[in-house]
Amino acid sequence: MYNRENCNENCAFCCTRLENFGVSIGGNVVLYDINLHIHCGELTGIIGPNGAGKTTLLKAIVGELPFTGTMSFLDGKGLRTGCPLIGYVPQRLDFGPGTPASVLDFCSACISNIPIWLVHSPGNRRRVKESLARVQAEHLINRRISELSGGELQRVLLACALDPIPNLLLLDEPVTGVDPRGLKIFYDMVSALRREHDLSIIMVSHDHQMISQYADRIVLLNKTVLAEGTPTEVFQNQCFVNLFGQQWNGVYHGQEAATAIHHPE
Amino acid sequence: MIEVWYALVDSIFPFGWVEFDFMKNALLAVLLVSPIFGFLGTIVVNNNMAFFSDAIGHAALTGIAIGVLLGLGDPLWAMLIFAAVLAIGITWTRHKTGASVDTVIGVFFSTTVALGVVILSRGGGFNRYSNYLIGDLLSISPQELTLLVVALLVVLVFWGLFFNRLFLVSVNPAVARSRGVNVYIVEMLFSILLALIVTISIQWIGILIINALLILPAASARNLAANMRSYHFLAVMISIAAGLTGLFLSYQWGTATGATIVLCIFILYLGTIAWKTVRSGWNKHRSETDRVKSTTDHKAG
Repeated sequence: MYNRENCNENCAFCCTRLENFGVSIGGNVVLYDINLHIHCGELTGIIGPNGAGKTTLLKAIVGELPFTGTMSFLDGKGLRTGCPLIGYVPQRLDFGPGTPASVLDFCSACISNIPIWLVHSPGNRRRVKESLARVQAEHLINRRISELSGGELQRVLLACALDPIPNLLLLDEPVTGVDPRGLKIFYDMVSALRREHDLSIIMVSHDHQMISQYADRIVLLNKTVLAEGTPTEVFQNQCFVNLFGQQWNGVYHGQEAATAIHHPE
Repeated sequence: MIEVWYALVDSIFPFGWVEFDFMKNALLAVLLVSPIFGFLGTIVVNNNMAFFSDAIGHAALTGIAIGVLLGLGDPLWAMLIFAAVLAIGITWTRHKTGASVDTVIGVFFSTTVALGVVILSRGGGFNRYSNYLIGDLLSISPQELTLLVVALLVVLVFWGLFFNRLFLVSVNPAVARSRGVNVYIVEMLFSILLALIVTISIQWIGILIINALLILPAASARNLAANMRSYHFLAVMISIAAGLTGLFLSYQWGTATGATIVLCIFILYLGTIAWKTVRSGWNKHRSETDRVKSTTDHKAG
């Protein structure tokens, strides 16, 4: 398991703290009274039923939605620092099926202001290639982004979120469109990156088997935090049983998990 | 300045239809307006803002009406200010409610048009303003051409500085936000720019068809383009090609220029759809042949 003492000087950011965090949209309370600490090098999995406000939580942390309460970022010495660098991988992109944008267009637009409709500087092209290589997606560089499969798109979005390496990485896993093998590759990749770069990761997951294998901590969310702790603790919690109808018996491992996903009951 | 253009046209276009100064002016106007609309259209289509731009175009009527009420000889300033206010209002509402603004736009849209028509039709004088409905490109003056040059420069500078941010916002606002883009400001600036450009061009293109000029080039380019560069290049080229053809045909036929240009772009649009269909059919055929071939090879091996 990851050792916290590896946290070096590069990690100027060691804790994200949400206190009395809440979000209201158009008068409806979507999230309330959330208190969370997220440490660096830790993968926190967010699970919860549909409409629990999982995506809303990520959007509020990014700054896309206004929130109440406080969100603070503390560095290793416990001193407050400025805004952390946030990498965000959304569930999906908003544009229509025919949008003529290549992967290179999207990634370049993320890292520079050199107009993508005019030119791609050689430096940017190299940088995009390197960050795509990090997620084994180099070959997709000239593909239309609207033609990618769910898993490919997810990896491209991850590559962009990791350039530059953020302090806090927010992942919103798509509900559908990613095949089980692609999902496993994605989780492995995220897990490795966390160790390598000492990232804090918050991951919204719909796959309890997968997240239980990879997360250090699970947060069960339904408008507020119902339970948090290690995967085993949360999956045996009464709130989890009430919401999902069954207790989680232990944790699947390796091949077993992949098999279980390939052949659901 | 304009004499240089006249001399240039005489030397490169020795055709009868550009011998008059008003045709030379119109030719320059087409060469300025087409790229402007080609560029703006790319984002309008990406962001599904067609209804927004249509509403802004129609709101010009109310702008004119306000100008008339204030007793202004040239209502352009009143139109510009009104369009900007409307654009700010709609964008603000969209951010405040977070919901689809189609209904909000629909409500504003019909009300402003009604208000404009009521004011302008007092005493049965609406006919005086009917040229705003179909536009008159051939009446453009050299001073007004300067305005279009400025408009083109503004659009190019804006596209140079803000396009990447605009693109990210259109792809996913939360991603844009995480890259430090102020989504609200960028959308607001684009809405205002769009409103101003549409309003400036109204008197030459016409309220009824200006939206087609904005949407069609980008919609055609989407059928062929693979990335943002070819998207822009094709949109601008289609816009210019149709603009020139439309200007020539409208001169030959004695028809309204703006509407003729729109018909020309539509024909190009149909062409791009046909091309796209043929190409995808061909690709499908090729991939099937490849598969059959590889299966045969496999069996043979």
